[in-house]
Amino acid sequence: MATDPLADQAALQGREAWEQEAERERAHGVGPWRLALRRLRRNKVALAFGLLFVLLVACCVAAPLWADRVAHTGPNENHLSDTIRVGGETKNVVGLDGIPIGPTWRGEFFLGADSNGRDIMVRLLYGGRNSLLVGISAALITTILSIVLGLIAGYSHGASDAAVSSLLDILWSFPVVILGVALGVALALDGVDIGPFSVSEDSLLIPIFVIAIAYVPYMARPLRGQVLSLREREFVEAARAQGAGPLRIMFTEVLPSLTSTILVFSTLLIANAVLLEAALSFLGAGIRPPNPSWGTMIDDGVDRISTAPHLAIVPGAMLVLTVLSLNVLGDGVRDALDPRANVRLEH
Amino acid sequence: MTQHRSGPEQARPLANVETTQAEAGGASTDGSAPLVEVEHLKVFFPIKSGLFFDREVARVHAVNDVTLSIAEGETMGLVGESGCGKTTISRAIMRLVDSTEGAIRFRGQDVTHAGRRRMEPLRREMQMVFQDPFASLNPRKRVGQIIGLPLRLHGSERKEIEPQVRELLARVGLHKEHVNRFPHEFSGGQRQRIGVARALALEPRLIVLDEPVSALDVSVQAQIINLLDDLQDDFKLTYLFVAHDLSVVRHVSDRIAVMYLGKLMEVSPAEELYTKPIHPYTSALLSAIPIPDPEENRRRERMVVSGEPPNPINPPSGCVFHTRCPRATDVCRTVEPPLARYPNGHLAACHHPMNVSPEEVKATEKDRTSPLSAGDELPAASGANGSGLGDGH
Repeated sequence: MATDPLADQAALQGREAWEQEAERERAHGVGPWRLALRRLRRNKVALAFGLLFVLLVACCVAAPLWADRVAHTGPNENHLSDTIRVGGETKNVVGLDGIPIGPTWRGEFFLGADSNGRDIMVRLLYGGRNSLLVGISAALITTILSIVLGLIAGYSHGASDAAVSSLLDILWSFPVVILGVALGVALALDGVDIGPFSVSEDSLLIPIFVIAIAYVPYMARPLRGQVLSLREREFVEAARAQGAGPLRIMFTEVLPSLTSTILVFSTLLIANAVLLEAALSFLGAGIRPPNPSWGTMIDDGVDRISTAPHLAIVPGAMLVLTVLSLNVLGDGVRDALDPRANVRLEH
Repeated sequence: MTQHRSGPEQARPLANVETTQAEAGGASTDGSAPLVEVEHLKVFFPIKSGLFFDREVARVHAVNDVTLSIAEGETMGLVGESGCGKTTISRAIMRLVDSTEGAIRFRGQDVTHAGRRRMEPLRREMQMVFQDPFASLNPRKRVGQIIGLPLRLHGSERKEIEPQVRELLARVGLHKEHVNRFPHEFSGGQRQRIGVARALALEPRLIVLDEPVSALDVSVQAQIINLLDDLQDDFKLTYLFVAHDLSVVRHVSDRIAVMYLGKLMEVSPAEELYTKPIHPYTSALLSAIPIPDPEENRRRERMVVSGEPPNPINPPSGCVFHTRCPRATDVCRTVEPPLARYPNGHLAACHHPMNVSPEEVKATEKDRTSPLSAGDELPAASGANGSGLGDGH
């Protein structure tokens, strides 16, 4: 052989040093994912907020435990005429003037009661379950739809791109909340009943679907843009030159380059979906009362904001914590994956 | 599929030149049939605009009637400035861009408009090495997956692939253990070796090299060129070597084609192009090669061409080079010069050839590979008024 196989490096470094270095990482190359993980591990703030989010989810998942073992009541059980003993004195859960009890800091009515005499802590945990379930499922559906639509629109020129893009533009032209309220009210009026597929009007599927649809353009459009630039890259052309078909190229050549964007987006999407769920529920177009969710709880609480401020503040604080932790985590993930990326959910 | 050669698609362009069909048919029956034939190929890119519906408002004449053939085992160098269409030709041969007119044949099979399914068996025989070793390897994939992709696409078992990839890595001068690494862990030269290994995986007959070394350092360029040279001997490869730099193709090519603004200016045996450039444009390209010795540099006669190439949306009439050519006369502005045949299979499309004797000019004929739009004016005819022959020494 005429060429020295290692001349490229050997010229720069001593051959020996290079060989040692090579030996260490030769067996398994250090991939982009591992590099990202290393960077994320150094970002303590993002990790702390990530942990906080996991903790919030764990608490909400454990809601029945608190309800059965500690509070001994369910999320929809009224205690309008009940009394409890706090600090040696007997108190009405809901006073004669209609003002509910404040935080007792004990098992029962830990955070007080609402105007129907329901345990706020229990409702908070069950409400969190609903809010997070809606948020996470909606974000998941949005992500999947956006990937498919973004790939189709971005990779195929012509009619399918025009169709998908204009559909996304139309959706995008509506403010998220207005679109959500309109869809939510329309669907919730008497449920959905299409052939074998029927959804009752108080099903969680309705807010999930509404929120997922409302956010699709915000993720699919940037993804399409990224696919548009990726499809012109030489490695895509190389795959075509080897005879790879469009589906294989979309999913095995283009998609891996999108994963960092997708990951960051979906983290931010969960936060936004939880927020939108709260907004819709607050406006009465999301989760139906008496089912608890952070949005409906705030809605219940605003009427009594002057006499019992904890009714609105407690679920509001949960919302802030969830959204904050997801945003900080999302920023950390973005910095770790691609420090130059400019991925934002812009309304 | 071989029956396709008499298909209607390529019968039409051939009908214009009566002798061509007989010649091409005769050549393909004996063993020396060209591996790749490009006939009167035109590739135009539409420029679209419009508020609601895209209307074609103009066309970029990227490749404008080029006829070329590459024999089995040969290295054809293709040079020209950026934007002259050399890369577009290589992509059209690989069926990465659609041809507007003309025919491309691989082993006599018409592939001008072949779809993906019809190209599939041919992909085994033609592969490509790309210009930018940083962009042509998927950053998210391991080297093993990158080199293994052509093998997987063409039906190798998963188990068989890894040993083959290791073998290929060793063959292009990398470590066998590099299979699990990612592209970002390699230098430019090493990445281009990966690109070569990928092109080699299916043991093709033809490898299209699209400026394979222009993104590399000079010292690394030599290594890659030597590697390509070795591989050609070992695997009996045919190369189409695209470059914008005449000094790079000199050592590897058997023949060199010079392009300008979508047209062929000169086709020549490799060495002769450097000692006896006929077309003024070739001469200008040669003058642009830096010579390290300042003494020699001062002594040589340089032909300097100023300005930028004209816009390929609206190429000049007559000879496309006349706007920048110091030897241009009236005939150049009106009549497109045909490719005239000189000794040794040397072709040049110029009304005022350089470095040729009056006898050689007199003996020229219009070659059948000339563009269809070219006139019949051979240099000898214009030589009668003195301007062409005066420089022929």
